[in-house]
Amino acid sequence: MSFKVAAAPHGHSQKKTNQVMAWVVFALIPGVIIQSYFFGWGVWFQILIAVTVAYLSESICVWARERSARQALRDNTALVTAVLLAISIPPLAPWWIIVIGTLFSIVVVKQVYGGMGQNIFNPAMAGYVLLLISFPVQMTHWLPAAPIAPYDLGLWQTLHTIIFEYTPTGYDVEQLRTTVDGMSMATPLDGVKTALDQGKILTEAYQQPMLGSLAGIGWQWLNLGFLLGGIILLQQRIIRWHIPVGFLAGLLVPSFLAHMFAPSIMPGPIFHALSGATMLGAFFIATDPVSAATSDRGRLLFGLLIGLLIWVIRTWGGYPDAVAFAVLLANLCVPIIDRYTRPTVYGHHSGAKHDAE
Amino acid sequence: MQDIKQFVESGQIARFPGGIHPPERKQPASEQPLRRVPYADELILPLRQHIGLSGQCTVRVGERVLKGQPLTDAALHQGLPLHAPTSGTVKAIEQRPMSHASGLPEQAIVITPDGEDKWRERQPRPDYQQRDKAELLDIIQAAGVAGLGGAGFPTSQKLAQQKPVSYLIINGVECEPYICADDRLMREHARDIVLGMRILAYITGTDKTLLAIEDNKPEAIDSMRVAIAEYDDIELRIVPTKYPSGGEKQLIQLLTGHEVPSKQLPIEMGIIMQNVGTAFAVKEAVIDDKPLIERVVTLTGECIEQPGNVWSPLGTPVDALLEYAGFKPEQQQRVIMGGPMMGFTLPITAVPVIKTTNCILVPSTRELPPPGDEMACIRCGACAEVCPATLQPQQLQWLAKAKDYPALEENNLFDCIECGACAFVCPSEIPLVHYYRQAKSQMRNQAREQAKAELAKKRFEARQARLEREKEERLERHRKAAEARKQMQQQQAQEASEQPSDNDGKSSAVAAAIARAKAKKAAQEDGSSTPAQPADAEPEQKSKKSAAVAAAIERAKAKKAAQQTARESDVEAESPATEQQRPAQDKSAAVAAAIARAKKKKQAREQQTSDDRASQSPDQEDKQ
Amino acid sequence: MSFVVGLIAIGALALIFGLILGFAAIKFKVESDPIVDQIDEILPQTQCGQCGYPGCRPYAEAIANGDEINKCPPGGEATIKKLADLMGVEAKPLDAAHGEESVKKVAIIREDECIGCTKCIQACPVDAILGAAKQMHTVIEHECTGCDLCVEPCPVDCIDMVEVKAKPETWQWNLDSVKQNIHKADTIPVKLVE
Repeated sequence: MSFKVAAAPHGHSQKKTNQVMAWVVFALIPGVIIQSYFFGWGVWFQILIAVTVAYLSESICVWARERSARQALRDNTALVTAVLLAISIPPLAPWWIIVIGTLFSIVVVKQVYGGMGQNIFNPAMAGYVLLLISFPVQMTHWLPAAPIAPYDLGLWQTLHTIIFEYTPTGYDVEQLRTTVDGMSMATPLDGVKTALDQGKILTEAYQQPMLGSLAGIGWQWLNLGFLLGGIILLQQRIIRWHIPVGFLAGLLVPSFLAHMFAPSIMPGPIFHALSGATMLGAFFIATDPVSAATSDRGRLLFGLLIGLLIWVIRTWGGYPDAVAFAVLLANLCVPIIDRYTRPTVYGHHSGAKHDAE
Repeated sequence: MQDIKQFVESGQIARFPGGIHPPERKQPASEQPLRRVPYADELILPLRQHIGLSGQCTVRVGERVLKGQPLTDAALHQGLPLHAPTSGTVKAIEQRPMSHASGLPEQAIVITPDGEDKWRERQPRPDYQQRDKAELLDIIQAAGVAGLGGAGFPTSQKLAQQKPVSYLIINGVECEPYICADDRLMREHARDIVLGMRILAYITGTDKTLLAIEDNKPEAIDSMRVAIAEYDDIELRIVPTKYPSGGEKQLIQLLTGHEVPSKQLPIEMGIIMQNVGTAFAVKEAVIDDKPLIERVVTLTGECIEQPGNVWSPLGTPVDALLEYAGFKPEQQQRVIMGGPMMGFTLPITAVPVIKTTNCILVPSTRELPPPGDEMACIRCGACAEVCPATLQPQQLQWLAKAKDYPALEENNLFDCIECGACAFVCPSEIPLVHYYRQAKSQMRNQAREQAKAELAKKRFEARQARLEREKEERLERHRKAAEARKQMQQQQAQEASEQPSDNDGKSSAVAAAIARAKAKKAAQEDGSSTPAQPADAEPEQKSKKSAAVAAAIERAKAKKAAQQTARESDVEAESPATEQQRPAQDKSAAVAAAIARAKKKKQAREQQTSDDRASQSPDQEDKQ
Repeated sequence: MSFVVGLIAIGALALIFGLILGFAAIKFKVESDPIVDQIDEILPQTQCGQCGYPGCRPYAEAIANGDEINKCPPGGEATIKKLADLMGVEAKPLDAAHGEESVKKVAIIREDECIGCTKCIQACPVDAILGAAKQMHTVIEHECTGCDLCVEPCPVDCIDMVEVKAKPETWQWNLDSVKQNIHKADTIPVKLVE
């Protein structure tokens, strides 16, 4: 009787890649719900379109590479990329924005570089940056949060806007952002930055309507929601603490120090922590395993680098939010970080050689 | 060194990085007392069951052997001898599939037990302390004791190191899931194990012995604690349960706080480690004069009706063990020799238990689900988290797939202990250890090929040098001969000029030379290839020899000619060069026969495509 | 005027950098193996002559002079690839005119039939055959490179080329081969061991 031949080890811990990715999506849900509460139904439609386009494009690419499409889709990584990109863009962005972004992320950034596990850049962030640079108008049309929004769009109106770029009643997105007194509502980060550039001091900048008690209205809750998701991931050991801690340290420590020295013009750590895509970046984007560093020390360094870059770009750079750029720049540094943070192997520690006495 | 001493004195247990906690599943097998397996119908004993060379077989087929009788002699090869596990008859000495992952065959002695179980003469030696250490080492070697913890290194060689030993560590950790052979041995034979430990301590001359047991074996701990109570220089160390704490390098790190330097052995640190099973075997060898002929094997897995530990005679086929324990195979059943982390699958169960077999595991798909398809590496780093050697398995995997051997060296692939922890946690189910094993074997093969190529190059160059040298020597000789001849001629010319009547001498010398040249030319035409020699060979014998050789070569030439004229009648192929063959008749007969066979074979090859012509045997043999 | 100044400036810079580079090329030159030695390192040293050259070194020299790299059957694909990397040329498939890549073989003499003629000894490029005139000839298996040059000269055709036996040490963990390997136990070795 002949028996099955297999390679050792013959047992396995149960956590598989598709389950890991599924957990990531699951942990995003609290944040997405908060986002839809404050900023409307748009995010759900964006996710829907993104996921569809991602799955379609990935299966075509994998089929063209003569691999099993079912295999490739099974690991749920395309799902995560699509959802992250959909969350990062303005909820009322036209449908073709998310389509272009997703196509670029999946086809160019991921598949062309070699498929799962081989991409150098974070696909979602690379897609975001492409969109931001190519279509700056649509990509900066963020809506004000619900408590301060002049209009409240229903499900059909949101869908209509995404498809046709106008609400059924004929308003375009720019108009939706404008309050009754003609003020165009920017994001909190944008608003603070513009005010500082105009020479105002922080306390004045914080008077703007879109700012709440800690940071932007709606945005602070959004970040807390993603923080919750991040803690879920940590607890489930889906991600390790090194990148988030490095990230937050790299962002908050300089901002804390800067705020101490120049409190009138440097926003403090709480503001930075709860604005923009900070928590999303710390727990979901920077922790993308494929494009991050590999060793623990390397990851701390990687996270620190991202955090620092975000602070620098937010403070002195041209863009209000900087998570995407910072992540991409750090991705470029990963090979050298990996090379110099290799852990010492057993038996190679200096002083490990003993002379027998 | 000092810090190791301090650490050990303090009794601390250090930690090693990484490690995993797979489900232990030692029960129900660990709760059954040891049983003895009856002798199977045939016992298959591979000549080599250890690291090192096998011995020379000293028995013949059909010979009757007694239990414990040595079957091989390893004296010359520094290997280990093999012994008959029971009395019986040697049924065969032949190639049998090995108990190895490859399934490759190797030479084995097959014994049919006769049921009498008759021992050879035994001389118990209770007084081991009276004996010389070298004598004890010889006894251990002659008893075939190898490391029973899994690697099978000859114990006597390990103990025979000339370096001082500060600590003897006895490894009762048994960290791999399912396996509980050492556990049962410690519970039931504690005193014997301790006696073995004393013998080992005596041989190594060490002051302190440490006995390490994992904390998931409370009964074994109690049993051993009682047995070592009377000895001050044996200390018990209980290590927390983690896989792979029982690995030699990891255990040393736990007990001493220090790492074994890469590519060095623990003896360099003054440490020797032996398994508890080996200690037991040492006691049996030295005190009871029993060679290594059986060992404890764990039989476990859901597809076995009566899991437990058994004393299995070496050579028992695995199928006999499974039958004994009640085997209920499933679809796609795996039969694993070893544990779930480091064991290998057996394609057939007709392979025997050897000295390094500690477990036969037959899992169901429910308890150990077979891995799914390999997915792409997502660089999650889970593998690096659990690696006890602090390697970077995902890097190693990329490099192994790319066959980048220099980079693998740089990343310390050979420091991997192949424990399987990385592959166990990989979310993409990549068979990491398999890739490393492949890469390691390819690298070793490459190094071997490289060494061989170096050797071939050296030999080629030496040969070129030799041919050059011989040519030079030949030219030298000719030059000297020519000079000598010239001198002789000059001398003769001188003599002739002094004594003109000696013309005949000169002309006879010349005539003799001419005669020789003629004879040589004649011989050459016959086909002889003897080179020109200075004038001192006996012509007659030479011509006989050269004639015989000439005849042989004639025949060969003719045979080759026959090949050219494709598949005609073969009788003509033999040339009738039979003139001067009387002295060399037998030889040429043999030669002719050989040529005939060769010719036959060549023709048979040629006629493979056209079957109509049967190869006819030439009847030269009758002719001579 | 500024045009001329610019021209002079660029020219001067070019000159300076050229001097620096030239100086560096000489001062920091790295001594490396001549290319022929590097090529010879890669070749398998079988000295079989299948490439058409009398040995590996002559072929190495030929490659250094631009000859094709795909003429070595014992080296096989692996050698062609390494040579392609070293020489910077394309890795072509093995030229069938020079032979085919096959499993590693060694020569073995059927001693009953050997007549002691020393022809094979003279033919072996690495002196791997032990023997003398009228004495038994035996191939030293460990030294034999499998070049096949001894088979032709033997007048009684008593030399066979047999595949090198797979051993557990050389097995490359190809799990697909396991089922075949267990059947190899049915073969009897060429030389009957007493």
